[in-house]
Amino acid sequence: MKIAVCVKQVPDTWAEKTLSAADSTLDRAAADGVLNELDEYAVEEALQVAEAHGGELTVVSMGPERAAETVRKALSMGADAGIHIVDDSLHGSDAIATSAVLAAALEGRGFDLIVFGSESTDARMSVIPAMVAERLGIAQLTFAQRVSLSGSDVTIERVTDYGFDTVTGSTPAVISVVEKINEPRYPSFKGIMAAKKKPVDTVTVADLGLEAATVGQAAAWSAVEDFAARPPKPAGTVVTDEGDGGSRIAAYLTEQKFI
Amino acid sequence: MTTVLVLAERDSSNGTVKKTTLELLTLARRLGEPQVVWFGDQGSEAASVLGEYGASAVHVVGGQDMADHPVVPIVDVLQDLVAELDAKAVLVPSSADGKEAAGRLAVRIGSGVITDAVDINESGVATQSVFGGSTVVHSTVTHGIGIYTVRPNSVAPAPAPTTCTVVDVDTTASEAAKTARVVERTVAGKGGRPELTEAAVVVSGGRGVGGAEGFEVIEKLADSLGAAVGASRAATDAGWYPHLYQVGQTGKTVSPQLYIANGISGAIQHRAGMQTSKVVVVVNKDAEAPLFELADFGVVGDLFEVVPQLTDEIDSRSN
Repeated sequence: MKIAVCVKQVPDTWAEKTLSAADSTLDRAAADGVLNELDEYAVEEALQVAEAHGGELTVVSMGPERAAETVRKALSMGADAGIHIVDDSLHGSDAIATSAVLAAALEGRGFDLIVFGSESTDARMSVIPAMVAERLGIAQLTFAQRVSLSGSDVTIERVTDYGFDTVTGSTPAVISVVEKINEPRYPSFKGIMAAKKKPVDTVTVADLGLEAATVGQAAAWSAVEDFAARPPKPAGTVVTDEGDGGSRIAAYLTEQKFI
Repeated sequence: MTTVLVLAERDSSNGTVKKTTLELLTLARRLGEPQVVWFGDQGSEAASVLGEYGASAVHVVGGQDMADHPVVPIVDVLQDLVAELDAKAVLVPSSADGKEAAGRLAVRIGSGVITDAVDINESGVATQSVFGGSTVVHSTVTHGIGIYTVRPNSVAPAPAPTTCTVVDVDTTASEAAKTARVVERTVAGKGGRPELTEAAVVVSGGRGVGGAEGFEVIEKLADSLGAAVGASRAATDAGWYPHLYQVGQTGKTVSPQLYIANGISGAIQHRAGMQTSKVVVVVNKDAEAPLFELADFGVVGDLFEVVPQLTDEIDSRSN
């Protein structure tokens, strides 16, 4: 079985994120870049499928040069090979262009499963897996809290507001996984050393057969008009409980007409 | 008059119109004349309330065949109706289904898409609250028609009565839709409380709750206020409360009128999911907890003393 796992380098989850004043894109230089947390679950799930059913796992990532570290991180967890799509023309791409680039990189390589995290912690749109499924015309099995395979049948539990839906489809399929589907492994020392020797293909937009003019900020189908830091909230009242803390909240809530 | 399509969101337990649908209609009226797309039964029953909020038509997509497949049937119907009605914008709820349908529709019809809007003005400029609520962004769609997903509790529903015509959409699942099939729906949540993302009041607990049994006091307070229960990542990771109820960067984003945080320190991880709440009340033993910075009203104290007292006060006032 051939499995692809698509990962993104994002600013450290715990860092304050800002937009760049110059072009309103995420200021990626302002914080350490890490493997998107939800993608760690995707890598782990893909590894577990590969271990249980046999298979080869390719990491695919679109991002600036330093995103190579993120590809290596996934390789050090156990993936076999990497594809890093890096091109200056990609800067500022919207989800539409990103999905087109990923679909072009994935298409024709015979992947049975294409695994994503359910969202990135920076943009948080949750649309890329669905868009890639749309472009490739294959099954979309997303927001999975559980994945099981039997032959070419894939069954997932799709998380919903009320619980979950059991959804089935056949390979080839796009899967996205939610947090807590598994416990992502830490790369071992051996894994880190081995990752350095694993093959990573660096490809450009032209290599994928796409026009540079169709990607990047100028080609985006939505645009930021302006942005501003949320004005700081005026300081509220904080009191120390002297046996009447609950009553004082009740009085506040009454004043605010909640009760 | 310009047509704007609105995807209805229905209550998962009884199938009626959810408040988010009325919020979408309220925003859609700024852009044109809303028409609703409704999946499943009870569409004609819903027409009166949809009309009250300005929908001139409800397109009812019946048939089990369409209900048995996730996301794609929504895209297929929206695509057809955008073309048929020459719609200039599409508004869908910011649910998993809504966001994925919006994304696929954008690819399919060649339009930009804006997710998690908290406001949309008459010119189609969307307001988004990003990076855990720390930054406010105004964006527009610059290609095709405007496709927006809108967060619950973003706007107060305002009535604008009109007559709502019921139109039956006679269609069957496409080949694309048939690539995935729902074989079973499982209700796993704790019933009887409002849904977390659309609740007007959310009461949540974190590390300070100390264990699964500690959530009993959180639930009692929530029930006294008719609120939803949330939990911080520390609490869900520890297995004290189901993951479904996690509020935060990797969980649910909530924007209620009132958010009461108990025993939650307030790491960015959590703030990202609740920072846009209108009124925030914080109870924590640790006076240094960063969440006090967001508090409109805070009490430094033991939540097991403060919360039951608050619950008793609320119960006695409502009796």
